[in-house]
Amino acid sequence: MSVLVDKRTRVAVQGITGREGAFHAARCKEYGTTVVGGVTPGKGGTTHEDFPVWNTVAEAVANEGANCSLVFVPPAAAADAVMEAAAAGIPLVVCITEGIPASDMVRARAFVAETETRLIGPNCPGLITPGQAKVGIMPGHIHREGHVGVVSRSGTLTYEVVHQLTTRGIGQSTCIGIGGDPVTGTSFVDVLRLFNEDPETRAVMLIGEIGGSAEEAAAAFIKAQVRKPVVAFICGQTAPPGRRMGHAGAIIAGGKGTAAEKMRALAAAGAHLVQSPADMGKRVAEVLGTG
Amino acid sequence: MKIHEYQAKALLREFAVAVPRGDVADTPARAREIASGLGGRVVVKAQVHAGGRGKAGGVKLAETPAAAEAAARQILGMRLRTPQTPPEGVEVRRILVEEASAVETELYLSVTLDRARSTDLVMVSQAGGMEIEEVAARSPEKILREWAHPTLGLHAFQARRLAFGLGLTGEPQKAAVALVQNLFACYRAKDCSLAEINPLVVTTEGRVLALDAKLDFDDNALYRHPDVTALRDVAEELPLDVEASRYGLNYIKLDGDVGCMVNGAGLAMATMDIIKLAGGEPANFLDVGGGASPEQIENAFRILSSDPSVKAVFINVFGGILRCDRLAQGVIAAVRTLGLKMPVVVRMEGTNVELGKKMLAESGLALATADDMGAGAHKVVELARAARAVR
Repeated sequence: MSVLVDKRTRVAVQGITGREGAFHAARCKEYGTTVVGGVTPGKGGTTHEDFPVWNTVAEAVANEGANCSLVFVPPAAAADAVMEAAAAGIPLVVCITEGIPASDMVRARAFVAETETRLIGPNCPGLITPGQAKVGIMPGHIHREGHVGVVSRSGTLTYEVVHQLTTRGIGQSTCIGIGGDPVTGTSFVDVLRLFNEDPETRAVMLIGEIGGSAEEAAAAFIKAQVRKPVVAFICGQTAPPGRRMGHAGAIIAGGKGTAAEKMRALAAAGAHLVQSPADMGKRVAEVLGTG
Repeated sequence: MKIHEYQAKALLREFAVAVPRGDVADTPARAREIASGLGGRVVVKAQVHAGGRGKAGGVKLAETPAAAEAAARQILGMRLRTPQTPPEGVEVRRILVEEASAVETELYLSVTLDRARSTDLVMVSQAGGMEIEEVAARSPEKILREWAHPTLGLHAFQARRLAFGLGLTGEPQKAAVALVQNLFACYRAKDCSLAEINPLVVTTEGRVLALDAKLDFDDNALYRHPDVTALRDVAEELPLDVEASRYGLNYIKLDGDVGCMVNGAGLAMATMDIIKLAGGEPANFLDVGGGASPEQIENAFRILSSDPSVKAVFINVFGGILRCDRLAQGVIAAVRTLGLKMPVVVRMEGTNVELGKKMLAESGLALATADDMGAGAHKVVELARAARAVR
C-alpha cells in the first residue's frame, strides 16, 4: 500500500517534447511507471521518443486513460498547464516546474480547488512509491519498498534522507516533495492526513524549512490527529533573516518563520526532532526500534 | 527584487496613488533646483534599499533651497549604517527631494501574499511609522486585515471596511478607499511581492498621501515586466551576488570561513546547518541548482574561492539530475584552471557516484573526500581551523 501513486497510475507528461520532459518521461518509464504519453500543444499526432503526443490533456485522458499528469511546461505557461489538467479531470497533477510567478499560482490553485484534482508542487521533485511508480525527477534507485512515509519541501535533501533510510534497510511507503514555493497545491497537513490513514505507513519523516508557517500548521495537526510517530528535521537553522535561501518560500521575514520556532512547535506536538541532517535516518531507526 | 523609494513613488503615480511632489537628485546643486521648484519646506531622503534610514541620519528637513543643498551635501556620499545594511554600511548615491507634509495622522498600509491562505492580504493599522512586526507583537488587535479574492481581487467594500476601520470619515475616508484600491491594482499589475506604505498620512488639509513607499517584486515574474526589471540597481547588491546571478547560481554571502557548494536549496541550507553543528561557520549559501552543467560548477567554484574570507571549501552534492560524473568534471576543470589555493572536501552521492569518485581519484588533485555529510562537515571545519592557525 501507499498513497497517491501506485501500479494503477497512468502518467501523461505535459511538455514531453522539451528536454526535461522527454528525459524524465523516459526515466519514469524505466523505473516501471506506466507513462502513457505526453502533451505538447501543436505537436499532437506525432510521437516523441516512442511516446505518443497529444495536443490537449483531454485527448490523453480519452485515448489512454491518463489519471496523472507530470508537468514540465516552462514557467510562463505552467500554471495554465496545471489548470488544463484539472479541467480535463486528471485526479493527480504533479508540477515540477520551478520559477512560476506567485500570482499565476494563486489563480491556478483557486481554479484547482474548485475541481476534484489534487495538485503536488510546483517547484518540487514529485513523488514515488518505491517498486510501483515514480512520478518525478528523483533518482529511483536510492529508494526501497517499505513503511516510512517521507514528506518534504526540498528535493535533494529528500534524496539525502531516503538514502540514509535505505542504507539502513528502512524502506519507504511513498516519498512526496510538496515544493519550495510560497503557493503550493498540497501542504504538509494534506500529506500527513494521507499517511495517517494509510495502513502501510508506520512512521513519517517530515523535512521542513524556514519561511512561512506550514510546519507550525503541521505541528498542530500532528498533535490533534496523527497516531503514528513523526520524525522531523528543519533546515535553515543558520539562515540569516531577510534573505531568500534559494527557494522562493525559504525566507525569514519580520522575525517569523525561523527554524527554532518551527522546531519548538513540532517538539511540543510530540514529533521526534533531529538536530543534524546527518542523523535523520538514524533517528527514524531509533523511533521504529530497529536502530 | 527591491527598488528605491523614488522609483516606487514614480510607479505609484502611474496608478494614481497620491504621493508627495518631488524628484530625485545625485548632486547638491540639483537638490537645490528641485527644492526651489517645489517651494517651501522640503525633505531630503537618502535613497538606499535598506530601511531604517531616518534613525541613521539619512533623512533631513530643509526650510530653504540653500538648506536643501546643504542637507544633500551631507547625505550624498555618506555611508549609511542601519540594522538592515552590512556592518560597513552602504554608500548613498542618490537622494529624493520632496515637499514636506503637515502630518495629522500616521497610518500603515500594505499588500503582500499570505502563504497560509494562498491569496493576497491587505493590512492596515493606526500605528503608522512603526514596524508592522512590532505592532503585531505588541497590539495585534490594531491590525485590520482583508484577504483579496484569488481571481476577483480586492472588492470596494473591503477597501471601505479598512478605511472606516482606521477611523477615517468624510473626504479622507474616500481618498483612503481610492488609495487602497489603487495600491492593490499596482501590486497585482506589476507582480509585487510586497507593497508597503509606512507611513500613510492624513495631512492637516485632509489629503491622504503615501509618505514612504516600499515595493518588492516577484523575481519569477520579472520576465513579463521589462519596465520593472529596468529599475534594478546592481550597485545596491553585493558584487559576488551579482556575479553568481549572471551564471544562474543562487549565492548568498555569509560571515563564516567555510565555503560551501551544494545542489538544491534544502540540502544547501542543511549543509550550512551541519557546518555550524561541527563547530564551523558557513561563508555562504550556494545552490548550483538541480541540473548544473560542468561550466556552472566551474563558475561556482571560482566565485566561492574568490571570497577572501573562505579558508576551506565543502562540496556536498546528491546527484539526481546533476550526475556525479558531471560534478567531478566541473570540479576538476575548475581546480586545473584556478589552482588549489585552499583545502577542498568533496562529498557526493547518488547517480553515477562510482564514476565521479573514480574521476576525482584519477585526477591526481589533492581533494579530500568524505562518505557522508556528517564526516565531510567535520573534516572541512578541521581544515578551515588549521588554515586559520597557519596565518
